[in-house]
Amino acid sequence: MDLASLIFWIIAVVLVAAALVVVGQRNIVHSALALVVVFAMASGIFLLLNAEFIAIVQILIYAGAVTILILFALMLTRIAGQRVTNPNARPLAMAVALVVSTLVGLGIIFAATVSQFAQSAPAAPLLQGTVCSLPSNNVIAIGQLLYSPSCYSYVLPFEIATVVLLVAIVGAIVISREEE
Amino acid sequence: MGLTLTHFVVLGAVLFCIGLYGALTKRNAVAILMSIEIMLNAVNITLIAFSFFNHVKPYANLLTGQIFAIFIITVAAAEAALALAMIIAIYRKRQTVDVGEIDMLKW
Repeated sequence: MDLASLIFWIIAVVLVAAALVVVGQRNIVHSALALVVVFAMASGIFLLLNAEFIAIVQILIYAGAVTILILFALMLTRIAGQRVTNPNARPLAMAVALVVSTLVGLGIIFAATVSQFAQSAPAAPLLQGTVCSLPSNNVIAIGQLLYSPSCYSYVLPFEIATVVLLVAIVGAIVISREEE
Repeated sequence: MGLTLTHFVVLGAVLFCIGLYGALTKRNAVAILMSIEIMLNAVNITLIAFSFFNHVKPYANLLTGQIFAIFIITVAAAEAALALAMIIAIYRKRQTVDVGEIDMLKW
């Protein structure tokens, strides 16, 4: 077993275990802390896949911002004197949910491993427009792909994403504002 | 035994299912949001794995999976901010975050 496989298996086991803790814990603050482990381990998977920029963004946005946001929401919605803060649904509903999610997972794994989709040949290229020769540095390559005005790039989706973020921020302020 | 695309896709599928189970069973709205974040992360892992194992010539340079993952992270951040604002607003009105009791839209 080479080093990459070893790292992958360690990260994968910790990742799945932390995700199970997030789902299974009765105390929701512990769930939120296990969520940090999930995000950090996913960042390790991204590093393993040569996606350095997304690994850093994952740490910054998920492990930093989103977790803090969730912890603040937990703090503001704490119900005094309640021991089980993270209640589950009824046992029947839990069994149904377990069956549903297992079936979905088996379907995805089937499609990815043994179905004919997994073995089919890659599609023929149908790309329009010139592609700049991208550097091997991941951050520079992503920067060119997101902003380049002359070559094939994702400028328009990027601008739309910025508008989405702006609307979300303004909407969050409006929704959570105290009414006079 | 080297790493293949299947390793990462199966890892993503397992993680997605854990998140799906949590989103279906939890009663606390914040816990449902956390499960949805796990599902989004699973999708990101799958997309970046596809990007890494893609060797079709013009597409391999485009890092399409990584670009998609960036947009998913953007939308997930916006979604988290909005959902938590809504949860806090609902808590202020109803003193609960139990999704079984939040039934203002139920007729």
